Amino acid sequence: MSTRTARPLFDPPIVKRAILDSLRKLNPRHQLRNPVMFTVFLGSVLTMLLFLQSLGRSGGESPWFILAISAWLWFTVLFANFAEAMAEGRGKAQADALRKSRQDVIARRLANNKLYEMVSSKDLSLGDIVVVKAGELIPLDGEVIEGVATVDESAITGESAPVIRESGGDRSAVTGGTKVLSDFLIIKCTAKPGESFLDRMISMVEGAKRQKTPNEIALDILLAAMTIVFLLACATLVSFSHYSVIAAGRGTPITLTVVVALLVCLIPTTIGGLLSAIGIAGMDRMIQANVIATSGRAVEAAGDVDVLLLDKTGTITLGNRQAVEFTPAAGVSIERLADAAQLSSLADETPEGRSIVVLAKQKYGLRGRDVEGLGGHFISFSARTRMSGVDLEGRKIRKGAVDAMENYVKESGHEFPRSLREQVDQISKVGGTPLVVADNGQALGVIYLKDIVKGGIRERFAELRRMGIKTVMITGDNPLTAASIAAEAGVDDFLAEATPEAKLNMIREYQAGGRLVAMTGDGTNDSPALAQADVAVAMNSGTQAAKEAGNMVDLDSNPTKLIEIVEIGKQLLMTRGALTTFSIANDVSKYFAIIPVAFASTYPELGRLNLMGLSSGILSAVIFNALIIVVLIPLALRGVKYRAVGAATLLRNNLIIYGLGGLLVPFVGIKVIDLILVGLHLA
Amino acid sequence: MNIYAAIEIAVFFVILLALVKPLGLYMARVYRGTPCGLNQVLLPVERLIYRLSGVRPDSEMTWQRYAVAMLLFNLIGLLAVYGIQRAQGWLPLNPQHLGPVSPDLALNTAVSFASNTNWQAYSGESTLSYLSQMLGLTVQNFLSAATGMAVLVAFIRGLTRQKVAEIGNFWVDVTRSTLYILLPLSFVLAIALVSQGVVQSFGPAVDITTVTASTDAEGKPVQTQQIPQGPAASQIAIKQLGTNGGGFFGVNSAHPLENPTPLSNFLQVLAILLIPAALCYTFGDLVGDTRQGWTLLASMLLVFVPLLALGLWAESVGNPQLADLGVDANASLQQSGGNLEGKEVRFGVGASVLWSAATTAASNGSVNAMHDSFTPLGGLVPMLLMQLGEVIFGGVGSGLYGLLIFAIVAVFIAGLMVGRTPEYLGKKIEAFEMKMAALVILIPPTIVLAGTAFAVSFDAGRAAVTNPGPHGFSQILYALSSAGNNNGSAFAGLGVNNVFYNSLLAIAMFGSRFWLIIPVLAIAGSLARKKQVPISAGTLPTHTPLFVVLLAGIVVLVGALTFVPALALGPIAEHLQLLSDSAP
Repeated sequence: MSTRTARPLFDPPIVKRAILDSLRKLNPRHQLRNPVMFTVFLGSVLTMLLFLQSLGRSGGESPWFILAISAWLWFTVLFANFAEAMAEGRGKAQADALRKSRQDVIARRLANNKLYEMVSSKDLSLGDIVVVKAGELIPLDGEVIEGVATVDESAITGESAPVIRESGGDRSAVTGGTKVLSDFLIIKCTAKPGESFLDRMISMVEGAKRQKTPNEIALDILLAAMTIVFLLACATLVSFSHYSVIAAGRGTPITLTVVVALLVCLIPTTIGGLLSAIGIAGMDRMIQANVIATSGRAVEAAGDVDVLLLDKTGTITLGNRQAVEFTPAAGVSIERLADAAQLSSLADETPEGRSIVVLAKQKYGLRGRDVEGLGGHFISFSARTRMSGVDLEGRKIRKGAVDAMENYVKESGHEFPRSLREQVDQISKVGGTPLVVADNGQALGVIYLKDIVKGGIRERFAELRRMGIKTVMITGDNPLTAASIAAEAGVDDFLAEATPEAKLNMIREYQAGGRLVAMTGDGTNDSPALAQADVAVAMNSGTQAAKEAGNMVDLDSNPTKLIEIVEIGKQLLMTRGALTTFSIANDVSKYFAIIPVAFASTYPELGRLNLMGLSSGILSAVIFNALIIVVLIPLALRGVKYRAVGAATLLRNNLIIYGLGGLLVPFVGIKVIDLILVGLHLA
Repeated sequence: MNIYAAIEIAVFFVILLALVKPLGLYMARVYRGTPCGLNQVLLPVERLIYRLSGVRPDSEMTWQRYAVAMLLFNLIGLLAVYGIQRAQGWLPLNPQHLGPVSPDLALNTAVSFASNTNWQAYSGESTLSYLSQMLGLTVQNFLSAATGMAVLVAFIRGLTRQKVAEIGNFWVDVTRSTLYILLPLSFVLAIALVSQGVVQSFGPAVDITTVTASTDAEGKPVQTQQIPQGPAASQIAIKQLGTNGGGFFGVNSAHPLENPTPLSNFLQVLAILLIPAALCYTFGDLVGDTRQGWTLLASMLLVFVPLLALGLWAESVGNPQLADLGVDANASLQQSGGNLEGKEVRFGVGASVLWSAATTAASNGSVNAMHDSFTPLGGLVPMLLMQLGEVIFGGVGSGLYGLLIFAIVAVFIAGLMVGRTPEYLGKKIEAFEMKMAALVILIPPTIVLAGTAFAVSFDAGRAAVTNPGPHGFSQILYALSSAGNNNGSAFAGLGVNNVFYNSLLAIAMFGSRFWLIIPVLAIAGSLARKKQVPISAGTLPTHTPLFVVLLAGIVVLVGALTFVPALALGPIAEHLQLLSDSAP
């Protein structure tokens, strides 16, 4: 998992920079991006002008009231800017760290005539072949075409342990800015300077190229529509108020300052001010989880995923099978079988071999022995014989796959016991792998090798099911084995004997049924499926092709991460919804604060609606409206907590907290602010 | 309010809800094209209509073509109604020899009936010939209602179809709505109304000698009275069933020959909500999950019942200032009690308030009492019900598609709170749908607020007001709320038959009808193209009590937040004034 320590929410240097940035963001062109906040911005300017105008005239509204309203409207804009700057600041700090590793280096380019020429990394182009020796930085992203080396990728992954990169296979991709620690690599460049993984990562974390995601655009439309409705309600109020003054024959019409104040209080400034911060913070949380998403769209899609395709090995089961039981053939004592099994495996360094030694020790108390010291000769496994073993003091002990061992036993002139065959079938049926053990050609019994399902994974899948997500296990095993592991792990479905084509077809099928599919992959042969999936997480240890095809890269190369990614996506969407609800629900109380005061001179009876007993309702409401943005910044950055309890419960909980809370909180908040204003003799 | 009124209202709800399922199921069969019981009689007629008009019933339309067909059809209807009114002096069936209707009034009435608003600036008995009433108004009553139902069915197809561009055939939907649903129901209701004494004749008005003499405007004694006649029952049946509301006579269903008895009153008020309520079930049936339909109906009731209760309370208590003068407004054996000004004694407070709430919740707009004479809060109820966008029952078809748009907005906000991008009935709600939904929600308040602001800013607008203070403002706000939401009920009081209001309200009625249908059809077209996302535990359920509350909450919040400032200057200020002035 990530070795990167979580940054505190209000890191002093980030806050400092964010304050400066929030002033810089006052640029009208920046404000124009957000219709809600642009309306507030215009309101601030308008009230400022009204203040200046009021200075030169006597009577009417108090200039200090106008100034106070104007000041708090400016604060509203600044607070929203600050929220965005805070969210960006966290990314920027990360980007600065990354930028340090993106230095220009002198690369050794292999010229046609097999000679090196030294060029700056920024002069490299696609397809160039470079040689990188131990201690040097890799100039650009590329594919290893020759050599094996250890590489320090901590600059990108934060993981200090070096990784191995080699030509061919699934560990051939290298990233520019990482350092070769041993040996040398010959690399073919697969990215242009300025478009490397590191560059993309910097621009992603910085949010420089951040585009609004589809859902954000839709929400923006809703917020803009609400702004227009309230703009209309407030604008027409001026003429209504004029008419009422004539009709009632007393009072003065509502002032422009109050109309602007009412407008700003009603339009959804809370969500409008925090919307972009929520989006950036979602990306940031991905980065904290060591996942780089290539777009905000992908993060959003993660929340929508219905189907997870999970590779069996490494995700659902531990990488290796383990011995869990010895079953002797008829007439053979279990001790004899255990002894033979242990002897055959003492020098076997494979994980399966080691697990046999461990089982013999745990269950039958057989201590480890030094086979070499006993004069034994280890026969290692080969694909041809499909068995391994040891020759010791005239004994030939062998263990291996069932059919290979059956032949071996028969060739040695022995019977292959019928009881053993039954046991073997039994193990296969429950998804295990049987290994037959023979001593001098006589079959002694069978070792049961089992795929070990990761601890806690069953609960995790149950949780996913409650989230409405279907899990599908992908494995190369035969259907029988796959079914048994699937049942044990509690996945909803499985794809056995999976080929890349089968995987791709499965994704297409799910998508045709309207589902969104997420998967992880690392090999080149995963690329088509990755490209087809809606959320495709490529392992950082994987090939360049896989990384290109995916829309996220997991720097930890941990396939279980997919579940975390889905949660982050859901959190992002929930935060948006929660704050929108809160923002709209807030309006009710603001009417009670503003309306009684706004028309007091025409219809003093409306004072009865001043339920909160405010003495300075309008200013208090405006101040509350500004401060609530700051108060909610931590929530916007951290996100609303996601719990896998099913949509109905989740909706109920969030509606109570953010809907009902949104109705009630401002009543208290506005009253408290009003009391403070009174206490300070400002009201 | 007395106990009989309470019983009447309870019985009303029981009968209404009992009819929802059978009628809803019947309509679902009609729109599905499966046998509905009347096929043997009506199928040949339907085929004949298609053959005569050259419609190919199996040729489906994209949303754009559907919209064009709908607009053309209504434009022709609008022009026809205008033409008939202007030419009625030369046409038959005009026993009173009425001259042509003035251009602005004819335009207002034509738009009003084409847009299913049925705003009544005319007074039927003194303005319109029988032919104008029958061929103009009654025909439009059927067709504008059928248009609303057609658009609803097209919208439902958008929700249920996958990966297609077509959303049905407008001509077929209009024909089936009229032929199988509106005509048979109207026929039955008209007969029932005639049995109660509603007139249905072609004879001229009857002059009678009254028992006691009265005086005319100049103080001279008169002992004759003209009793208007006409083919009223046939028009009143569809006026109620099609949520039209434009009366045969000037005072609408307060007129003794339009609504003579408590039973005719009960049937008429039942007819107002019947189809809008039953369409909820039709919707549920057509989308394959009747719970979805009941949810929408429950949301409607959740808004309707409390507002009705508020109105009943306000009208039963009456005016506190009269109580200060020693007037006993309590219900007793001798009197029905409450605020009876502007109400028919044969209906009383209970039936009048029930009607006022039903007629404004549904975009009917017929009246059996003068809303202008209600108490401030009693008048606020119908006004608010219109301002909510005519989605609490609403017009036939139009109310439900309006509420579905609100459902889309509700799932958009709430769907995010369960951590998924929003979807309704398996269809993803994205930027395009939001854009169109925003239009649907924006247009009516824009028209109402801007129209009211316009009217109060000009002398011509202010001159029509007949009351001082906040009540005068309420009159204007009510008129625009009614026209801008296609309701058509009037607060009375306001003098609206003049060029200023006839034109302003015609624009309002036109805009809020057709500018809403187009985005609604656009959403239908966009949804029809989309895949259906299968339902899982992570999907926001839209059939739960929680969703009922959420949807009702969104409707009320959007409506209330938009209109609270305006209402504060009208009925709310008036109500608080009453309280303040009556305090000792």
